Amino acid sequence: MNEAIAGYANGAGAPATDFAIEIDGLSVWFGQGRDRVDAVKNASFDLPAGSSFGLVGESGSGKSTILRALTGLVKTWDGGLRVNGHDLGRKRSKDFYKQLQMVFQDPYASLHPRHSVDQVLSETLSLHKFNNINDRVEKLLTDVGLGPQFRFRYPHQLSGGQRQRVAIARALAPEPSILLLDEPTSALDVSVQAEILNLLTDLRQEKNLTYLMVSHNLAVVGHLCEHIAVMQNGVIVEVLPVEEMRQLKSSHPYTQNLLQSSLGFVRQ
Amino acid sequence: MNQAHTTLNDSGTSRGMRGWLTADIPRSRWQARASAWYHGWLEFKANRLALLGLCILVALVLIAIFAPWLSPHDPYAQSLSNRLLPLGSEGHLLGTDSLGRDLLSRMIYGSRITLYIVALVALIAPVAGLLMGTVAGYVGGWTDTVLMRITDIFLAFPRLVLALAFVAALGAGIENAVLAIALTAWPPYARIARAETLTIRSSDYISAVKLQGAGTLRIIVKHIWPLCIASLIVRITLDMAGIILAAAGLGFLGLGARPPSPEWGAMIAEGRRFILDHWWVATMPGLAIFTVSLAFNLLGDGLRDLLDPKSHSK
Repeated sequence: MNEAIAGYANGAGAPATDFAIEIDGLSVWFGQGRDRVDAVKNASFDLPAGSSFGLVGESGSGKSTILRALTGLVKTWDGGLRVNGHDLGRKRSKDFYKQLQMVFQDPYASLHPRHSVDQVLSETLSLHKFNNINDRVEKLLTDVGLGPQFRFRYPHQLSGGQRQRVAIARALAPEPSILLLDEPTSALDVSVQAEILNLLTDLRQEKNLTYLMVSHNLAVVGHLCEHIAVMQNGVIVEVLPVEEMRQLKSSHPYTQNLLQSSLGFVRQ
Repeated sequence: MNQAHTTLNDSGTSRGMRGWLTADIPRSRWQARASAWYHGWLEFKANRLALLGLCILVALVLIAIFAPWLSPHDPYAQSLSNRLLPLGSEGHLLGTDSLGRDLLSRMIYGSRITLYIVALVALIAPVAGLLMGTVAGYVGGWTDTVLMRITDIFLAFPRLVLALAFVAALGAGIENAVLAIALTAWPPYARIARAETLTIRSSDYISAVKLQGAGTLRIIVKHIWPLCIASLIVRITLDMAGIILAAAGLGFLGLGARPPSPEWGAMIAEGRRFILDHWWVATMPGLAIFTVSLAFNLLGDGLRDLLDPKSHSK
């Protein structure tokens, strides 16, 4: 682990309340006994409030699993998880979901096929006990760059990029301070990817959000994040600032490998 | 839709009712829903056979509603001098049965009983199955095991035999026949609902609504049910034929409707004694059962094309 980056590597001794997310020795597994698979092994990193952090690594390296453990979707985990200074248990309260939300990878799978945009957003807002839901739905749609004309459409009447905007609007509805992004652009084509990334960048500035993003695309992470953690086989092998990643100044051979391969691909 | 009011304006978009229904940009919740229904109707309309099935069933409902006005005679009025009149007799289009009752009138009134059975079974069995299946599938664990083993036990009984035992225990009658049929009809629905739920429960949109703090009940009722109902409706319409036949079978065995009531299955049972010499007495109600069963099958087939999310990517 890169000790030079205080605040990102654990044990830096900064006051706990400044961190949006603190992960300390997180292990996640699936199955029991002989079938047990350790998806994440002893992962530790912290995110200061307002920062943007990327998790990169190949498929199956446990990136998304960390997000799922944070959101409470995966219950078989061990270690310390803290969000905005509060320790997390197995059960999550509604208050927790007002602080932390997630955008899923595939916008074609993350919207209910029989619910219109209006239903999706209204239900989310009413679950969080907001009033004047009508105005809020329109505001949310405007925030993510969709006009009110999209309000009563069903998912099959929307393009992939529009769907992902709806998914982002849903995640923003409870007005969270932390957004988990699980490869939010990987299911979209390249021009739409750029639109969604710009939208995410703008939203972060506007609403002062903290991002924890998972991606296997280094260019995407480089665009959006300030720091990255590299994962391999469930282990975080290195945490480094994006500038160092751009200058190929990584210390771990696997990171070097990953960077070289992505560069090699670009040159062709 | 109202063709006369459908005009074209300068930009070439159609106005009026059809324009409102096919609008690309729905302006209200109500319009979006109506538009979705209208598109479904257009798709359904393209299937001629399914449309035929629907027409037959609509006709059946109308016949049942207007039975007193449509039937030429009192279905219970006996006239021993006019017994076993053949088809096309004067005043008795479809002839009369062994007690001289008008067959056409009895069949018209019988449609009420058929619809009553169909409606009751369609209300009880799928709802029970949906509840069992989705709860078992979504909650999982012990709940799943217990609920599904109960389902297995009911599934292991032959339908007619269980219905027989049930009617024998509670006494003959339409209500008990319906209850018996419903009791044997729900396990397949539970199976289907559970299988659907298992594929739905781990999907991202369910995870997403969990992340909004939604409870189990809300997820099952508002998010899983709408997706299971489509395949259940298809299955119900396809099963309806079997249910009508089971009801007719119980009537035939003397365990369903009681003798004077003009239930189609009971009418066949009465006509059985004269089937060689007076074939129409058993054949006419048989044809009615056949037509309605066929209509349900055609409708079910059309609905499957329309509603089953797996048959087309929508």
